[in-house]
Amino acid sequence: MNILVCVKQVPGSSNVKVDEKTGLLIRPKKGNKLNPYDLYAIEAALVLKEQYGGSVKVLTMGPPQARDVLEECLWMGCDEAYLITDRAFGGADVLATSYTISQGIRKAGDIDLIICGKQTTDGDTAQVGAETAEHLGIPHLSNVTGILEVDEGSVLVEANQEKMIVKQRIKLPCLICMDSEVNTPRLPSYRRRKTTEETLVHSLTLADLEDRNPEHYGLKGSPTQVQKVFPPEKSSSRILENGSSEELADKLNRLLSDRKFI
Amino acid sequence: MFNEVNKEDLLALQKMLPGRVFDGRQINEDYYHDELGTAFGVPDVLVKVLSTKEVSDVMGYACSRSIPVVVRGSGTGLVGGAVATHGGIMLDTSMMKKVLELDENNLTVTVQTGILLMELAAYCDERGFQYCPDPGEKSATIGGNISTNAGGMRAMKYGVTRDAVRAITVVLASGEIMKFGSKVVKNSSGYDLKDLIIGSEGTLGVVTEATLKIIPKPEYAISILVPFRTMKDAISTVPKIIRAQVTPVATEYMSQDVILFAEEYLGKKFPTHASDAYLLLTFDGNTREAVMHDMETIADLCLENDAIDVFMIDTEERSASVWSARSAFLEAIKGSTDQMDECDVVVPRSRVADFILFTHEVAKNVGLRIPSFGHAGDGNLHIYLCRDGLDDKQWESRKEKAFSMMYEKSKEMGGLVSGEHGIGLDKKKYLLDMLGERQLELMRGIKSVFDPKGILNPGKVI
Repeated sequence: MNILVCVKQVPGSSNVKVDEKTGLLIRPKKGNKLNPYDLYAIEAALVLKEQYGGSVKVLTMGPPQARDVLEECLWMGCDEAYLITDRAFGGADVLATSYTISQGIRKAGDIDLIICGKQTTDGDTAQVGAETAEHLGIPHLSNVTGILEVDEGSVLVEANQEKMIVKQRIKLPCLICMDSEVNTPRLPSYRRRKTTEETLVHSLTLADLEDRNPEHYGLKGSPTQVQKVFPPEKSSSRILENGSSEELADKLNRLLSDRKFI
Repeated sequence: MFNEVNKEDLLALQKMLPGRVFDGRQINEDYYHDELGTAFGVPDVLVKVLSTKEVSDVMGYACSRSIPVVVRGSGTGLVGGAVATHGGIMLDTSMMKKVLELDENNLTVTVQTGILLMELAAYCDERGFQYCPDPGEKSATIGGNISTNAGGMRAMKYGVTRDAVRAITVVLASGEIMKFGSKVVKNSSGYDLKDLIIGSEGTLGVVTEATLKIIPKPEYAISILVPFRTMKDAISTVPKIIRAQVTPVATEYMSQDVILFAEEYLGKKFPTHASDAYLLLTFDGNTREAVMHDMETIADLCLENDAIDVFMIDTEERSASVWSARSAFLEAIKGSTDQMDECDVVVPRSRVADFILFTHEVAKNVGLRIPSFGHAGDGNLHIYLCRDGLDDKQWESRKEKAFSMMYEKSKEMGGLVSGEHGIGLDKKKYLLDMLGERQLELMRGIKSVFDPKGILNPGKVI
């Protein structure tokens, strides 16, 4: 089974601050890291490879330094990586980003299953996965909590949809977005880091893609106009309940199960 | 010898601390024991104090009436130290949580000792500083940490609680308020009474405030988790790490069985559990390059010493997934059996491997399950005896045999009874066996100077 995981390099601290005057992100000192939500997607892909064989490729779009997170994926056990990078891709919104990624995927060989994370910790739109699938013309499903079975032409998955948990069989090739906390991602191996060859990371520029029309990429290909960037309001809402220990335990249990924490 | 708390005493205490004096059934049963629950005692009265002055008032009164006083923070002790085995007053400091001063020029923070370790850590972190000692039990109070000289996971590089305490305010048994130590870095000014109080488990005085050393928080940290085929392979690499020109912040060892308990307890998988034994090391520093260099030096050394691999933990998420399990080990082992007892023996670092292998022999010999984990880098082991359904008689006799064998072995290796949990009630016998009557006599002499009536935590330590 050939799997491709889409990943992204994000700021090193999940607590990204926004300069309220300029609207620019204040980059934390800690540099960059692999989007934490993508770790669950990589783990799910590597488990499938262990079960069914095949390969796991990773792909990202970003500046040249995004290569770092691809190397990290290789140290976790992925086989090959693609970095889509070109100045022409800068300033892309969700539509242009997903289109660029879909073009990159077309250059990554035959893929049966594409796995994305739930969202990123910087953009937070949770839309790129689904839009990429639309560009590729393949089925997609979000909030996937488990991959139960894979056969010749389909994959059976479990997904957490607002009010219910659904089991769904999807025809391959397809794209799924893994929910967070659904597995424990493996750690990158220092041994693999020492032995991984740099040539396993392939760069793709505009010139390498099928559609080379620059109007479809970057700022030019982005219909979204950002008016203002501001930090979200922090919610400190709390629920206070009174009652005996038993009543409180009951209420807490109901609250946690209603919200599907337990 | 001691007086019980009578109605008049109760009224006097209520006058001193209105609304914060509890007796009889008002005292929650949690106050009858500590975290491990091996020792049991019901205080006559529980008082919750807010200031040094209040502690002084209570102590002055207790001294005049010869009523025993046991000081208690969060009650997370493991040796029966903060248990009112002689009744009397239980003095709860857990409401004394104020941060009194942050001195950025002298790099100290002064706190009331009821503040929790995790509260202090968060306070420092938010301001770009670090309080270095990092005991596993984050809900312990700083007062509790001082009373046992708690060590924790960063001891290898940054030392233990004693190394981080610059000054303390102490209320003596008589009620007198004393200040030992100061913000100074060096001190050759007579006997160091501060260091005598640290680790005295509430038997010499009540520590109400502490001025603690802090450092600017290191900018970068990276941990590595290193799987080995056997515990022997893992632990015998530690002396080589110690000799390398790199000082990790922490060097912990853990066995597969303990990781599996933690997985079950937390309902969450550990990132790896396929190997028999692991070392977990952390490096910190102010530049990424320096920290990576340290990490790579030790990672290469581990691979040269038959490590299966070296896994890198370089982000908040990865760190949380590993260290949250490490912090839950004690609770996880507790959850794996009906009752347990523990031994936090400390041996010279070169003997850690031999000692752990010896505990496997003890387990076989006495017929007890004995999982362990600990601070391989500083020689302090946490060894747990699990009851696993044994009846009282069998449990007591096997436990006794196992403890005797282990403490004897520790003595033979040049080790000591406790690395950080203290002596309390449970380990007194072994302290005597290890140090001998003459040393205990000296300790009793010191106690009699500080507390002539013996009202402070009677029956503990010595």
